[in-house]
Amino acid sequence: MFKKFSPSTDISGQTPVKSSMQRAIRSSILSSWNIDAETLEAIWPKKESIIHVKCREHISIYTLHNEPLFFQHFDGPVYPTLRLLHKYPFILPHVGIDRGAIRFLLAGANMMCPGLTSKGGRLPPQDAALPAGTPVAIDAEGKEFAVGIGLTTIGTEEMKKINKDVAVESVTYVGDELWAVQKL
Amino acid sequence: MASTAPEDPSTSEKVATPPVEMFYCGVCTFPPEYCEFGTSFSKCKEWLHTERLDLFEKYYSDEALQAKLGTLSVEAQSKLEKDTAKKEAKAEAKADAARKKKMSSPVIIKRIERNKRKYVTSIRGLEAFDIDLKKASKFFATKFATGASVTKNAAGIDEIVVQGDVSQEVYDMIAEANEGGGEGGGGGKGGKKGLDVLKGVVVDNIEMVEEKKKKADAE
Ligand SMILES: [Zn+2]
Repeated sequence: MFKKFSPSTDISGQTPVKSSMQRAIRSSILSSWNIDAETLEAIWPKKESIIHVKCREHISIYTLHNEPLFFQHFDGPVYPTLRLLHKYPFILPHVGIDRGAIRFLLAGANMMCPGLTSKGGRLPPQDAALPAGTPVAIDAEGKEFAVGIGLTTIGTEEMKKINKDVAVESVTYVGDELWAVQKL
Repeated sequence: MASTAPEDPSTSEKVATPPVEMFYCGVCTFPPEYCEFGTSFSKCKEWLHTERLDLFEKYYSDEALQAKLGTLSVEAQSKLEKDTAKKEAKAEAKADAARKKKMSSPVIIKRIERNKRKYVTSIRGLEAFDIDLKKASKFFATKFATGASVTKNAAGIDEIVVQGDVSQEVYDMIAEANEGGGEGGGGGKGGKKGLDVLKGVVVDNIEMVEEKKKKADAE
């Protein structure tokens, strides 16, 4: 999503967010992430306002004290930044790619089924299956911290069955242009 | 954080889950376990060795390297290592070329005659030395108590335009901001008079140009 993204040319403006909109974002996070109100309060206290950083192609980044915390494409799911996910790894469900797939992800590629279904990959068991369109943390074989965040394009059970083509769309990853932006 | 409302002691108080303390590589900014996929792997390793010996051993001890292979075949691993070395060499060559290019990049201070005895001064090329043009233009405006702005010239390149003939003064300021400092020559006393917004420019590359008003419309 952030390929070739450059803060100096791709940001059209920074505006405060209306309180009604802030409430909507807050409730969307509480309902779609695995997070309790207290932890969200620690990340983003109710009495503090986030700033909406408008970017090209309808990407919105939300910052608090200049630090990017969340982002969104059109009115799609609200994602945590990868740095926020590293601090609170439980907020998204996790899938895992095998070691061979890491360098492809880091080059901006979407993740194919085999990278997740192979021995080094990891998908949730059937009773915790994830549907298509779920934001997921992408772990990597042998690594402690998530390497990226993605969006499932098909359900995790389908990934196991079909085992080819794109399974997880790449959203952000370690070293991409969003990662490079630590302050906005 | 403690809440201000009195809490019913029978209900267990909910508390926020504390964040994981993250430690990132000071060279490539990645979590250190991913440095091997970056373009500065040897520098990263060296850095980690001096900064955090414990983590260095965690990631680069013989056992760790064995375990890291995981399900990846030995051939695939050696290919990966070769790729990494290649990428690193490429990145270094690129950085080197960029540095050379930067060091030879021109800065042009132009005195432009607008009307009889009315001048503006344009300064071009500072961005190549990572100067924040907006900050620099504001600095000039304050220093000369005049108007200054960042505008796109005909070629679509940003330049600073200062009202009045201040070309010599601008040159002097850039020179003073960069005196004694070689490439990346440390902080030091750049803070004086806010000159540090002009720090980093190779003074030898500055060219002074004069643009006279065309005779035709001078009549
Ligand atoms: Zn590194």
